[in-house]
Parts: sequence; C-alpha cells; structure tokens
Amino acid sequence: MSKQLVNAIADMNEAEALDLVRQMVEGGSDPTAILEATREAMDIVGQRYEAGTYYLPELMLAGEMLNEIADILKPELAKLPEVKRHGKVLIGTVEGDIHDIGKNIVTFMLDVNGFEVLDLGVDVPPHKFVEAIRDFQPQVVGLSGFLTLAFDTMKETVEAITTAGQRDQVKIMIGGGQMGEDIKEYTGADAYGRDAMAGVSLAQKWVGAK
Amino acid sequence: MEKQWVELSPEEKQDVLFRRWLSPKGPDGSDLPFQSQEAAQSYQERIERIKDAIQMKKLPDRVPVCPLPSMFPAYDAGMTVQDVMYDYDKCHAAWKKFVLDYEPDGHLSSSAPGPGKFYEILDYKLYAWPGHGVAPEHSYQFIEGEYMQADEYDALIQDPSGFFSNAYLPRAFGALGPFQMLPFLPGILEMYGVAFSFIPYGLPPVQGALNAIMEAGNEALKWVTMVGGFDGEMASLGFPSMLAGFTKAPFDTLGDTLRGTKGIMLDIHRRPDKLLEALDALVPLMIKMAVGAAIMNGKPIIFMPLHKGADGFLSDQQFRTFYWPSLRKVLLGLIDEGCVPLLAAEGGYNSRLEVIKDLPRGKVIWMFDQTDMAEAKRVLGDTACIFGNVPLSLLSVGTPEQVKAYCKDLIDTAGQGGGFIMANGAFFDDIKGENLKAMIDFTKEYGVYR
Repeated sequence: MSKQLVNAIADMNEAEALDLVRQMVEGGSDPTAILEATREAMDIVGQRYEAGTYYLPELMLAGEMLNEIADILKPELAKLPEVKRHGKVLIGTVEGDIHDIGKNIVTFMLDVNGFEVLDLGVDVPPHKFVEAIRDFQPQVVGLSGFLTLAFDTMKETVEAITTAGQRDQVKIMIGGGQMGEDIKEYTGADAYGRDAMAGVSLAQKWVGAK
Repeated sequence: MEKQWVELSPEEKQDVLFRRWLSPKGPDGSDLPFQSQEAAQSYQERIERIKDAIQMKKLPDRVPVCPLPSMFPAYDAGMTVQDVMYDYDKCHAAWKKFVLDYEPDGHLSSSAPGPGKFYEILDYKLYAWPGHGVAPEHSYQFIEGEYMQADEYDALIQDPSGFFSNAYLPRAFGALGPFQMLPFLPGILEMYGVAFSFIPYGLPPVQGALNAIMEAGNEALKWVTMVGGFDGEMASLGFPSMLAGFTKAPFDTLGDTLRGTKGIMLDIHRRPDKLLEALDALVPLMIKMAVGAAIMNGKPIIFMPLHKGADGFLSDQQFRTFYWPSLRKVLLGLIDEGCVPLLAAEGGYNSRLEVIKDLPRGKVIWMFDQTDMAEAKRVLGDTACIFGNVPLSLLSVGTPEQVKAYCKDLIDTAGQGGGFIMANGAFFDDIKGENLKAMIDFTKEYGVYR
C-alpha cells in the first residue's frame, strides 16, 4: 500500500492519497512508513518540478497534501524520532518588502530536499537575521525580495551580518523577481538563484549534501 | 452622414481612437490650446511615432521611448511615496518634473501613487501603503488574501457583478462591510414588494457605509482633478499621456484579487471545470471595463498587467488551458472595439511566445521583462509591437555606458524594421536617474530609422 500512496501523492491524486493514509492508519500501519512514503513522493514531486513537468499548481497541491497527511497522523507523529537533516537554512524576505510567494516555494523545496529551514517571514530587518544566525546556527542564509528596494536592504543585511562577525559562518544566496548576477555583486551575497531548484542546488553544494 | 460607432470596423474604431488622442480636449470639451507651435508638433510626432510602432504599417521616424515608472518620480524629486500619496500638489510637481526632465514619448500620467486619504476612508485591505503597513519612503505593496472562498464559484459564475458588489467589496474594504446586507437588485420588479428591497438602505450600518462611499467619492474627485489637470498641462507642453484605462486577464482577476495564488493554483487540480467556467464568466466584464474607459478618454491603449501566466508558474498545457483562452477572448473583444492592449508580461514569457502570437497583426503591444527580446522579435515580429525590456537591476546598479550598450543591442535586434518601443522591463522605483537618461537619450540618437 505504501507504493500506492507514493504514486497517488506524486501523481496529484489528492482524494486517493488521503483515503490511503486513513486506511493505513486504521489498519495499524506504522506512521513511520506513511511518512517515509510521503517523503519519497515529495522527492518525485521535486524531481518532476526540476525536470519541468511540474509547476506551481503541483508544488502547492503537494504542500497541501503534506499538511493534510500530517493532520491525519498528528496523534501518532509525536512518537517519531527526528528526521536526519542535511543542514540548516535561514530564510526571509528582507526589510521593506512584504512579498512571500517565492520565498515560500523555496522554503518548501528546501524542506522536501531534507533541509531544516527557519523562515523569518517578510519585512525582516537586518538585525533579526543577525540574531537568528546566532541562535539557529545555519550554514546557509537565503534573502528574498521582489521589489527594487530589496537591492539596498539585501546589501544592508549582508553588511549587518559582516559587521556582526558572522560572514564567514554562512553562505548567502539571494532570489526574487528582479535579482540577477549584477545584484549579487551589489549586495555582496555569494550567489543568486534563478528559481527554487537553483536555491536547493546552491544549498546542497554548500553543505556538501547529495 | 458619419457612421455610428457600432457600424465601424475594428480598424476604423482604432483609427478614431488614435485621431481623438491626437486632438486633446480641455475639461469643457473644447480643443486644448498648446503652449507653443513646437509643443503642438511634438505632441503629434510622439503619438504618430507610437502609432507607427504599434500598427506596423509604416516605419516610425525612430524607435519610440516610453519609460514606465512606478514611484521613481517621487524619489527623483526628493519626496517620499507618502508625500505624493497624500499631497496631490506634490504629486503633480514630482510627475511634472519627471516628464520635463526626461522627455518621454509617452508618459503614464500622475495617477500611479493614488489618493492615500481615499484608501484610508474606505479602509482598503488589498494593499499596504505608506503609514499603513509600509514605511513612508516605500511603495505600496499587494497583500494576498482569499477574498473569494473555494465554494463560491457558483455565486461568482451566476452573478459576477453581484458577487463583486455584495461579497467582494465588503471584504476588500473595511468601511464597506455592511454592503453584504445589500439587496439582490434584480428583485426590484413590481409595485408590490419593491419596498422590501430597499429596507437594507435604511439600516444604520449600510447608511454609514454609504456615507463613507460619498466621502471617498469626494476625495477621488479632488485627486482626479489633479490627474486630469496634469494630463492637460503635459499635453499642452507636447507630452501625450499613454493609457486610456486598464483591465486584466481573467485568470489574474481570479488569482490575484479573488482566490489568491494558492487558491487558484489548487483549483486547477481540485475544481478545473468550475475554474474554466468562472474565467469565461469574467471575460465580458474585463472587456467592458476597458472599452468604456477608452471611449470616455478618447485613447486606444489599455494597460493589462499579466502575472500568473509567466514562465515557471504554469506548465505549457496549463497555460494553454487555463490562462490563454480567456485572455485571448478579452484581447479580441478589446481589439474589436478599437482598443490597443498593452500587455505587461512580468517575469519571463520565453515559453509562451508561440502561444501568444495567435492574434491579429498590429493590434497589441507586448511589454516584456525577462523575456529574450531577440527571440520575441523572431516569433512575434510580424504580428505585434514589442516593448521593453531594460532590466531594473541594470538601471539600479549599472552604469550609463552599460545601459547604452544594452539599448544598442535592443535597437539592433528588437528594433529591426519597426514594431518596437524602448522601455524598462518592469516598473521602477528608486533607480539611478543618469541610467534612465542614458536609456532615453541614447534611443533618441541611435534609434533613428534611416
């Protein structure tokens, strides 16, 4: 049944997937197996997104299914051991900008690719990034921004991280509507990612995963 | 006898709208006097140049250049966005400085900042603006929400206008919350019963909302007096205002405004038939809002910002199924009425070019942002005018020399044989003025067709 579940999720058959999860829970299946199947399906979703067969509707539906399955499993979930993660990524939309769709997609893709992600939300001032680097200890920081004003606040954020003496601890990537290599240079970040998969590849390269 | 509007062909209607644009009117309907012979001539030349680029019947004298700013004029005049949203004189001054300093072929009027106090009166929920969720110096920003629930498709499909007035408005504007109590207007039919329909208008909360509407109306009038005066003054100095009105792709109306990005993306899988039905239901509304504005303002160009059909959002199949058919119907409806849609394709449209070329020649303008312009020229070159695409990153952090090199390349490729308007790729806020000047001055010099 878990093979069936993997396919149902990966092929976007939401109703079938949720039915299967309920049946498996009622039949006394190990929640770890259900989660394992879900993760395997998310890997396939990620691969199909990377290959250009899946787009936002599929990523968003996959995210929904993940939440719905977690809701069904909730009582069981507490007993589970922590999943082994490749590394930690801190992410947020920089100060002055309140756009979050791109950031949420990158967060989701990092999560399904095995990263522990701390999302600071939108309109995040530089000092919040500095505090979170201190407390969360990420290897990678992702700065998101949709508007041109983000060029300057990204630069200020990188400067604040440098001033706090944290620049050598983290790799910094930027992404969003009007970003590019020239803006990477301008802000002092380490790399620019064109889309969510580029962000995942950068993070994987930097933490030595895969 | 002159033919009635309905008797004209689409071609003739477009000609009438261009002719009306060429002879600007004052507030009383009489011909607007130009401030000099030179201004009158520049005004004609600028519109003819834009028209030739759009229609592709004859080569323009040179590549037109139409920078489309967002809040740049405020920054360039040393003002904050809050200043120009709340002080209409300041807005007028900043946008006038922009037009006179940069001398664009077509400008976007002074309407972009909008009236701050008006949004306050109505407690607008769809955006954050200076003092209301963003800092005084920053531009207003969209706040996504689910303003229509997944189970409301039938309500929208059966009565789209009613849905907007009685469900959407009360949710999008805090002050209009009581409008959810408004009656179903087609119920006002006979002597008997007609008064029942009017009961809600007697209720204090509804009357409070109506008072807010009147106050907002007064503020809108005050603001539009500034905008109208601005357009008239710029025309008298030789600078045409480009846009007659705006509308949207049905998919974006549903996805940006009503269901939100997540909502509409999920609906593609969860309720595709309802989604398609709703997109079709919105088509006549999207046509009507633009055509009315074009006829009233006597100009052909209708602005259409495109959002959720960009590269990466939808698959090719999804774009062809959910995004393009209803958009194409809107475009054909506008073209039939003589309008020229200016489609601002934000993000990349590289994977959409083959699909979107399916339109009559010389009737639309495609504004491209991160689309390969040489490829766009190759695919669309013999059907549509292309517009853009100087990157905001280059205008922000590049040098004038880099901007000129980029523009030279654009003119050499996209500009070949006409059908091209030089512009930025996306709307700009705080970029370097010298870079903008380089884009404009270089185009005027190098973009001459010989």
